Amino acid sequence: MSESTDDTQASDADEDVSADDVDAAVDEEVTEEPEPEDDSIKLIIDGVERRVDPGGLVIDACNEHGSYVPHFCYHPRMSPVGMCRQCLVEVEGPRGTMTVVSCMTPTADGQVVNTATPAVKRAQEGVLELLLANHPLDCPVCDKGGECPLQDQAFSHGPGESRYVEQKRHYEKPIPISDLVYLDRERCILCDRCTRFADEVAGDKLIHFVSRGNNTQVMTFPDEPFVSYFSGNTVQICPVGALTAKPYRFKARPWDLDQVESTCMGCAVGCRIVVQASRDEVIRYQGVDSDAVNWGWMCDRGRFNFEALNSDQRLSEPMIRTESGLTPTTWNIALDAAAGVLRDALATPESVGVLGGSRGTNEDAYAWAQLADVMGSSYRDAQVGDGLPTGILGYPRATINEAANASTIVLMGPDLKEELGVLYLRLRDAAEKRRSRILEFSATETGLTPYAWKSIRHEPGAQSAAVAAALSDEAIADQLAAGPVVIVAGRGNLAESPDAVIAAVDALFDAVPEATVLPALRRGNVNGALLMGMAPADDEHDALATLQAASEGRLDVLILVGSDPLSDCPDADLARRAIAGVARVISVDTHPTASTQRADVVLPASSFAEKSGTTTNLEGRVTDVNQKVTATGTSRPDWMIALDLGVRLGERSFPSDHPLRGAATVDDVTEIVASTVEGFAGASHTEVKNTVDGVVVPAHVPRATSAGFSPPPRNNYDYRLVISRKLFDDATGTQMSRSLANLAPGGGLYLNPLDVAQLGVEVGDDVTVTSAQSTVVINVAGDERVPRGIAWSPFNQAGASVGDIVDAGAGVTDVRIERAG
Amino acid sequence: MSRLSDHHVIVANDIIARCPRPKSALIPVLHLAQEQDGYVSTDAMEHIAELIGITPAEVYGTASFYEMFKFEPVGKYCINVCTNISCQLLGAWELLEHAEERLGIKSGSTTTDGMFTIEDVECIAACTEAPALQVNYRYRYRVTNEDFDALVDDLRNGALDDEIPPHGTLARVRQTTPDNWADTGRRAQEAVDAR
Ligand code: SF4
Ligand code: SF4
Ligand code: FES
Ligand code: FES
Repeated sequence: MSESTDDTQASDADEDVSADDVDAAVDEEVTEEPEPEDDSIKLIIDGVERRVDPGGLVIDACNEHGSYVPHFCYHPRMSPVGMCRQCLVEVEGPRGTMTVVSCMTPTADGQVVNTATPAVKRAQEGVLELLLANHPLDCPVCDKGGECPLQDQAFSHGPGESRYVEQKRHYEKPIPISDLVYLDRERCILCDRCTRFADEVAGDKLIHFVSRGNNTQVMTFPDEPFVSYFSGNTVQICPVGALTAKPYRFKARPWDLDQVESTCMGCAVGCRIVVQASRDEVIRYQGVDSDAVNWGWMCDRGRFNFEALNSDQRLSEPMIRTESGLTPTTWNIALDAAAGVLRDALATPESVGVLGGSRGTNEDAYAWAQLADVMGSSYRDAQVGDGLPTGILGYPRATINEAANASTIVLMGPDLKEELGVLYLRLRDAAEKRRSRILEFSATETGLTPYAWKSIRHEPGAQSAAVAAALSDEAIADQLAAGPVVIVAGRGNLAESPDAVIAAVDALFDAVPEATVLPALRRGNVNGALLMGMAPADDEHDALATLQAASEGRLDVLILVGSDPLSDCPDADLARRAIAGVARVISVDTHPTASTQRADVVLPASSFAEKSGTTTNLEGRVTDVNQKVTATGTSRPDWMIALDLGVRLGERSFPSDHPLRGAATVDDVTEIVASTVEGFAGASHTEVKNTVDGVVVPAHVPRATSAGFSPPPRNNYDYRLVISRKLFDDATGTQMSRSLANLAPGGGLYLNPLDVAQLGVEVGDDVTVTSAQSTVVINVAGDERVPRGIAWSPFNQAGASVGDIVDAGAGVTDVRIERAG
Repeated sequence: MSRLSDHHVIVANDIIARCPRPKSALIPVLHLAQEQDGYVSTDAMEHIAELIGITPAEVYGTASFYEMFKFEPVGKYCINVCTNISCQLLGAWELLEHAEERLGIKSGSTTTDGMFTIEDVECIAACTEAPALQVNYRYRYRVTNEDFDALVDDLRNGALDDEIPPHGTLARVRQTTPDNWADTGRRAQEAVDAR
C-alpha cells in the first residue's frame, strides 16, 4: 500500500501505467492532437502534455496523471491548508522556476510542472527530515505501521538518514481524547487533518491546535473530550499513528488484514466501506470514497459496531422451546419444528405474520417476501410502526447528490445527525459551502438547525399548518421557486402519526410540484426490503395491524426476521400484547433480543460480513455487500432460511417451478431479483459489481396518499410528546459492541428549562409522565433546544420505557407531568 | 477559577458588538478575563466561548498561542528577565540567579504569598539597555542586583502602585463605546450581507 486508506478510491483500476503505455502516450504527443472541444486546460507535467479540468489544484493534476506527489495534510475532501510542505514541486512561471506547495497552487493553462527534479527531491527530503526530527519512530508498536503515509513516504521520498541527534520531544503517550480515540502527540506531524475534519466536516470543533512553535499540539479543552459522532474518521485520515481507535488498537498489523469492499448496513445511507479481517475475525471498517454517497466518511456507530459481530452473545445454533426453555438443537429439527408450526397455522387463512427484512440484504428480504407470498400472508412489514408508509418511496425520488446540490433542502422529519449520520455530513456540507439553503420543519432543535437557513418549529402533528404558514411567507416562497427543491422526509417523532409527515409533504408538493423526495427511513436495508415485497399491501396489514391482530389472537404465528417489536415498536404496550397474544413466535436473528426470548423456534442468521448480496439505500442505490469471514456457528443467511422453510411447508411449499427453487447461491437470487422485481432490471449481479457507486433503481410504488392531518386540540396543562432516536441507543448492534454500549445517553425527559422551573422540579428529579395510555416515571432534564410546552424523550434507552405512554392509534401523544412521589 | 463578572460580561458584550464577526472579539475578551483573575481560568474560557458562540477548544487553541495569556495563577507581579544574547553578555544570568535567590523561587514559579512570578524570556527588544527586565510588561533597564532588590521592596510596599498595576491589567482607562456606536459590528455585518 503506497497510500493511506483514506484516499482509497472505489476503483484503482487505472493505477499502474506500464512502460509501454507511457511510450504510447509520448508518441501521441508527436502526432499533434487536435485541441479538444471541452474547456479543459493543458499542463506539462514532467515533460508530458496533460489535459485537466480547469479550477483544480496542481497536486491533483499530478496525481491523476501518474506523477505521484507525496503529501500529508492535503485531503481531497477538505480545503487545502499547506501545513506539511511535503508536496513541493517546481512550477515554471514568468518569474522563473519556483518551488511551490502543489496542494495550494491552482492549475493554469500552459503551466509547466516538474515533480522529480533534483531541486524538488532535495526539498522533499528536507521536509521529511524535519518531520521525522521529533517523530518517535516507534513503528513496531504503532497501529499505523505498514499503512502509514509517513513511513511509506520516508521510504520513497525521504533522505534515508537524519542529521538530528538531539533529544526528541516527549509527551505522555497516548492520552484518550474521547471514549473511542487515543492521541499520541509524539507521533503527530501537525497536519491539521483531524482538526480540520472536526471543524469543516463534522462541525464538532472540540479538538484544536493549542500552544505554539515547538509546543504546538492537538488538544481538547480541559475536561471536554472529543465527543463527536464522527470521531473515527480522524483516525482513518491521520497520516501517522497519532490517532488510534480504541476498538482496533493493537488488534492487527495492516499486512495481516484481508479486506473486501462492501456497504455499511448500519443505516439506510449505505456508506461504502472496506471490511477488514484478520484470522477470520472482522476487526475494522474503513470508509471508501464514493462520490455519490459517503465521500469516505462513516459515523462512529457504523464504524465500530463490528464488535457486535464478534460478540459472544451471537446466536450460533438453532433453538426450540422445550420444558426447560430454549434448547439448542440441529437445523433439521428446528426447521421441521418451525415448518410444523407453520403448516398447522396455514390451515387458517391470514394467520401468519412476517415482520422484518430490513436488517438483511435484498436477497434475504426477497426470499422472505416470496415465502410470505406462498404462505398467503398479507400481514407483513419491513418496518415496525416506526417509519412512514411505503408510499413515501412513490414520490419522484432524489439522490443524495441531488439533495446536496439543490437550491433548497426541506427537512421534514428526523434529526439526521442522530439517524442517518453521513447524510447529515453531506447536507451540512451543502449548507456550509452555500450550495443549498436548508428549510427545516421540526418540533425541537436538531443537529442541522444551526446550519439551517430557516428552521421552523411546529407543535407535534402540526407540520401541515407550519407548511401552509411558511408557504405564505414571501421569502420562503421565493426561495422555493429559486431552483431545485429536495424534501428529506422521515419519521421525526414516534409519538405522532406518520400521516402528519405525509400530509405536510403533500402540502409542499402542491406548492412545488417539481420537488423530489429523499426518503429518510432509517434501517439498513429498509428501502430494499420494502421494494422486495416486504411492504404491506395496505395499512390494514402493516406492522401495527399485524401486532394488533396478534394481540387479539387472530394470528397463530409471528415470524420475526431480524425484527424486535418489543424494543423497536413505538407502542410498547401493543408490542407486548402482540407477543403475548400470538400462539407461536419464530425468530430469525443474529443476537438474542427481547423478542427472541419469547420465541418458540430461534433460527440463527448470519450477519453482515458473513454473507454476500446487495442492499438498497435511501436513494434506491443498489450496491454490493460482501462476505469476509466465516459465519458464526451454524448460522445461515436469511434467504437460505426462507428457502429451507419454504420447501418444508407441504402443499404450501415453494412450487417446483418457483425461481427460488433453483437458487444455489446468493448470486442466483440477485439475478432472480433483477429479472423479477419491477425496477431492478438494471441491478443485476454484474452491473452492481462493475459500478463504483452501484445502480440507482426506480421504486415502483404508488405515491402515498394523505387525507390531511391536523392534530387534536390540547389543553394548557399538558405537554405534547416528541420521541425520537439518538445515534446510540439500546439497540442490539450498539449494546453488543463493547466500545459503543456506554455511549447511549440513557433515558430522560427533556423540557425547556422554563418549563422545568414552572413544574417546580429540579433537573435530575423523577417525574411521572401520564398519557391516556399509561404512566411512566422518568428523570427530568432541561434543554433549551426543546420549545416550551413540548416534552422530548429519546427512544429505546435504558432506564425509561417511554414507548409505554405512546398509543400508536392516536395522532399525537399528550402527557401530564408531575413531580414523582 | 471564575466566570466573567456581571460587569465584565457587559464590557465583553460591548466589545463583541463592535466586531462584524464575534470571533474577532476573542483576544480583547481574553484580556478582560486575565484582568479579572490575573490569569485566564478554564471557567472563564468556557464563559467566553458561550458569549462569542464558539467552542471552548477554539478559545483555548487561540489563547494558548500567546505567551502573555496565563492559564494558571501567577503572582501579582510577573517579572520577565531577558536572557537573550545582549542581556546575557551583560550579566542576565547572574541577575536571574540573584532574583531567584532573593525571592526564594525558581524561574517559572510563583512566591507562596502570590506576589511574584519570575520568568526568563527571550529578547524583549531592549538590547541597548541590557540587562533588561519587565514587571507586568513595564520595563526596567540596566538592572543591577541592587536595582532588583529595590524594585522588589518598592513593589512590596506599594511605592510603585501608580505605575505598575497588578498582572492582567492592560490599561486603567478603559476605552468605551459611545452610545451611538452600539452594535457597530452587527450593523457592519448587515451591510456586508445586504450586498
Ligand atoms: S493527530 Fe494526526 S491528523 Fe491530527 S494533526 Fe496530528 S498527524 Fe495530523
Ligand atoms: S451513516 Fe449509516 S451507512 Fe454510514 S457508516 Fe453510519 S451507519 Fe453506516
Ligand atoms: S500536502 Fe501540500 S503542504 Fe501538506
Ligand atoms: S537581548 Fe535582552 S532585550 Fe534583547
